[in-house]
Amino acid sequence: MSLLLDGFTLVAVFAGILFFVAGTAGLLRFPDTSSRLHALTKADHLGLGLIVLGLLPQAGGVLPALKLLVIWALALLAGATVGPLIARLAREEDAPP
Amino acid sequence: MSATLYGLLGAALVGIGLFGLLARPSPLLRILAFNLLGGGVFLVFGAVARRGAGAGFPGDPVPQAIILTGIVVAFAATTLAVMLLLRLSAEGEGRSDPP
Amino acid sequence: MTGLLADLAIGAAILALAAGMVAARSAFTATAFFIAYGLLLGLAWVRLGAVDIALTEAAIGAGLSGVLLLTAAARLAARPVATERAPGPLLTALIALCCAAVAVAIGAAILSLPEPTPSLAAEVAANLPATALGNPVAGVLMSYRALDTLLESAVVVLAVVGVWSLTPPGGWGGFPGPFHLRVESGPLALLARLLPPIGIVIALHILWVGKDAPGGKFQAAAILAAMWLLAWMAGLATPPRIASRRLRFAVSAGAGLFLAIGVAGALAEGAFLAYPAGWTKALVLAVEFALTASIAVALALLVMGPPEEEDRA
Repeated sequence: MSLLLDGFTLVAVFAGILFFVAGTAGLLRFPDTSSRLHALTKADHLGLGLIVLGLLPQAGGVLPALKLLVIWALALLAGATVGPLIARLAREEDAPP
Repeated sequence: MSATLYGLLGAALVGIGLFGLLARPSPLLRILAFNLLGGGVFLVFGAVARRGAGAGFPGDPVPQAIILTGIVVAFAATTLAVMLLLRLSAEGEGRSDPP
Repeated sequence: MTGLLADLAIGAAILALAAGMVAARSAFTATAFFIAYGLLLGLAWVRLGAVDIALTEAAIGAGLSGVLLLTAAARLAARPVATERAPGPLLTALIALCCAAVAVAIGAAILSLPEPTPSLAAEVAANLPATALGNPVAGVLMSYRALDTLLESAVVVLAVVGVWSLTPPGGWGGFPGPFHLRVESGPLALLARLLPPIGIVIALHILWVGKDAPGGKFQAAAILAAMWLLAWMAGLATPPRIASRRLRFAVSAGAGLFLAIGVAGALAEGAFLAYPAGWTKALVLAVEFALTASIAVALALLVMGPPEEEDRA
């Protein structure tokens, strides 16, 4: 049973890392701020979610598992609010005067 | 082993921070380099604390507490330096372009 | 083996960020590298077994310092300060050589540290039950080296005084920092309304848990300061004027209480900052709560800065 849980952890964390790599590739290769933000927030939120999902069996209790989920929720909140702020600022900078 | 590695990293950060402090003329970059220097010194302390692990603790607690104090004091010094810099810029002291 | 790989990866990333910071052309790039460097340094502290320091580095070293330096970079971009000429190539090479020598010297000292490392961990473990604390770092901060903590809280108060003394003429007694228009809707308003209650709960949890597990008052104070700063930046919370007595009392109350307890300990036990037996837990808790509140207010005021020129009545 614990072997199954460890295998699940490895698969989920590895999938999360793949999403992080994809998001970072988008950050480095996309042409402008909006598309970079899109790649960063979408891929990183999903990547963090998969990593948290993979770590849940290793958490050792309901309370630490809940803490992991709260961390993911806070990261989602931060990304969802900071992304539009940066995009709006970038649009104001790029807009012709 | 990891303690020695991070100690060497701290030594490298001290060198890089010192170089940035002396060789880059922009004041904000100097403040950043000063923080690098501080971070390197704290890492050296941290390596020593890690090597002093014992009695069930992962590190010697006394250097760790001193590093904690150091981080807060370094932040206070950084804020003072940054506010001095902002006041200088607000006064328009010694602007390079003619008024 | 995997630990070594992780350490090498973190170390290489930190070195790359540090080099990028020093070589950066614009202040924004350097500040972004600095924030990433602070977060990676937090990871390095966890690898070194110092979770309290990792929390403090992430909260104060990367978080609050990042906010401070980003706003400074933005304002300096608008009104740059004249900088002296960069040193010529020969002088730069000489400086690089000397700095490399310093780094090599410190590295050699690291490699030749004495082998059974002299450590105070055994003494801390032996005396920890007397402090009624389970976290050894908290025990060192509040009991064995309480004088250092008292001086540190005094330094933070002095830093606030120093920052306030930079008020331009005509602004003394005004509201600290630049004016922020009240934001009614949009992502910033959402964040500033949603995050502070969660942040306050998390900060109180870290403060309470810091007695027996990694955590403590500095990390909690940094989170509380960050929540106040967030609400201030959205224009939802106006800080009091710096001339207000309540604000000044809030900044100095923690250090003052600590000092009073120290003097009382000198009178009752014969040694400055000695806690009478049986009162230790109550006194330590009282000082921790008072210091958290004071340092939170002080850290936020440090980031806000001195009042601006026009006194907004």
